[in-house]
Amino acid sequence: MALFNYRNVGARGTGMTEARTLYDKIWDAHVVEQRDDGTALIYIDRHLVHEVTSPQAFEGLRLAGRPVRRPELTLAVPDHNVPTTARVDADGKRIPIADPESAQQLAALERNAPEFGIRYIDATAPEQGIVHVVGPEQGFTLPGLTLVCGDSHTAAHGALGALAFGIGTSEVEHVLATQTLLLKKSKSMEVRVEGDLGFGVSAKDVILAIIGRIGTAGGTGHVIEYRGTTFDAMSVEGRLTVSNMSIEAGARAGVFAPDEATFAYIKGRPMAPQGADWDKAVAYWKTLRTDDGARFDRTVHLDATQIAPNVTWGTSPEDVVPITGSVPDPDSFEDASKRAAARTALDYMGLSSGQRMQDVGVQHIFIGSCTNSRIEDLRAAAAILRGRHIAGGIKQALVVPGSGLVKRQAEAEGLDRIFVEAGFEWREPGCSACLGMNPDKVPAGESCASTSNRNFMGRQGPGARTHLVSPAMAAAAAVTGRLTDVRELATRD
Amino acid sequence: MEPVTQIDGRAYPFGVKNVDTDMIIAAEWLKTISRVGLGKGAFAALRADPANVFDDPAYAGSPILIAGDNFGCGSSREHAAWALADMGVKAVIAPSFSDIFSGNAFKNGILTVVLPQEQVYRLMEVARTDTIHIDLAEQMVTTPFQDRMPFDIDPFRKQCLMGGLDEVGLTMARGEAISGYEMRRMQAEPWLVPVAA
Ligand code: SF4
Repeated sequence: MALFNYRNVGARGTGMTEARTLYDKIWDAHVVEQRDDGTALIYIDRHLVHEVTSPQAFEGLRLAGRPVRRPELTLAVPDHNVPTTARVDADGKRIPIADPESAQQLAALERNAPEFGIRYIDATAPEQGIVHVVGPEQGFTLPGLTLVCGDSHTAAHGALGALAFGIGTSEVEHVLATQTLLLKKSKSMEVRVEGDLGFGVSAKDVILAIIGRIGTAGGTGHVIEYRGTTFDAMSVEGRLTVSNMSIEAGARAGVFAPDEATFAYIKGRPMAPQGADWDKAVAYWKTLRTDDGARFDRTVHLDATQIAPNVTWGTSPEDVVPITGSVPDPDSFEDASKRAAARTALDYMGLSSGQRMQDVGVQHIFIGSCTNSRIEDLRAAAAILRGRHIAGGIKQALVVPGSGLVKRQAEAEGLDRIFVEAGFEWREPGCSACLGMNPDKVPAGESCASTSNRNFMGRQGPGARTHLVSPAMAAAAAVTGRLTDVRELATRD
Repeated sequence: MEPVTQIDGRAYPFGVKNVDTDMIIAAEWLKTISRVGLGKGAFAALRADPANVFDDPAYAGSPILIAGDNFGCGSSREHAAWALADMGVKAVIAPSFSDIFSGNAFKNGILTVVLPQEQVYRLMEVARTDTIHIDLAEQMVTTPFQDRMPFDIDPFRKQCLMGGLDEVGLTMARGEAISGYEMRRMQAEPWLVPVAA
């Protein structure tokens, strides 16, 4: 007896003619079967796997004697645990990972990928990097596809017009075995930003402004579509920074309609379509836009000209103020639980209300993570650091490129020398101090200007104090030893 | 998965409110590569207290855990469900659960039973001396003292648990529909298979 009645739905949608959003279009094209309880079996086109959330999924398959349904649609790369110090010695031999548990997670992925026929990028390969940097960079991420990974920042891939979201380990196993997920459709939310960004203001400041406005629960239950002239003018790398932090805005996914910039970004990447397939793909991708008259469940508007370089003061990504602002008074919040949270946050961060953000000292700088570790991010930071040096009070300043390819590109441009001459450490790619699973951590009670995405208590190490900023702002803080308005250091050209 | 129809035995009279996933299994266990063996790390902080219920021989190996309000809140880590399963827990009874924990528990063959607070108190009392019985088909918790406590459960979850069906197995049974879909998509969008590196 079948548990549910199913209705088959053809690829490319249900034949409905009403105006649809981009999210509707991608969703409709991926419904394998609609169930009458409101859930749908959704086909998953791309699956990224890293070492932390996959071992138990592979173990589950092994115990049940199940193969991977479409191994060619999954790509595995280690990133969370890998040390960012040298991985091979002078003779080209691999240096073992000191932490036995990190080493064990890596070894498990290295064993599982070939056993199940999955393409694996080794920790020592030039293409290795953070999964969310590697996917777009390799042309694995494409417009109109569904893409998942056992990691909440999978939302990043939405920048290219893919419906991308994070999943749990049981779902990782489900995707490996069936190439599908059982899902309920989310609501839709339009985040529209119009106007030109001011001097010194970056994509990171835009997404921090959005989260500051709608809060970390603002997008809960929704898929965001980012629209408006600000995003039209934004580079694909900037869009990746924005969609990456959709999860901090409460949304599981955030999408951008693919445009000429997207196509130019993808063309020629190793796993991207080629020749006649390319032309056919582009023709299809051009249809992936929200129809005129399509309805969103919620809409939020921001004026880009009002956005300043932003910083966070607390322990939630919604605790955002412009760098010209001050630490807020916890009593100024309407909500009682927010007042309590703000008091706890100020205590944890060692700040007092009314303190100017520009007077907050930092001892650590972290330029990296899947939010801000691509070549444009490194260029923006290097532009501030050229000919300057980190302040005396800075104990450690790290640059961790998002991938080996970003690292080599930066080296070809001479950016590594600018960082090193400024007093930064130039590291190997990985997640690093974004979450401190590897040895890169911020010590308790010390403050870090970080280009990552989460300022939770203990995120960068037990007791660590995180201020989220853009790469240029992190560089500016490095130079002065305190949170600094990058507009005072940058030169207009 | 093993079909779940009747769960019968002693129960840990735990009852603590707002137990988060960190208390069930600490973050250090996120580095494990297995879903078995986590029972050793379960409730580690609470077990520092020598009088804790989990190390009381009277309850060793109990298949039922009686918990307080909002059990399993906090992070989405599935490790919490794996830790309980590894302890031999087959059902958790509480006044309420976090949604994500409930989903994770169900995916790992653990039944979560929601009962009103007074009934949970009553079960805590019984659990100290006697066994508790859960009948999933009847949706009823009973005790040797004529207590009868009906509970609700999502019909899909009930069928999966009773049939020992896991979601992966259920979806695999839809293999033909998935193949049909794949063929249509591949024809329309040949770039669906990434170019081999
Ligand atoms: S860089 Fe940070 S946010 Fe991104 S995948 Fe790694 S740990 Fe997660």
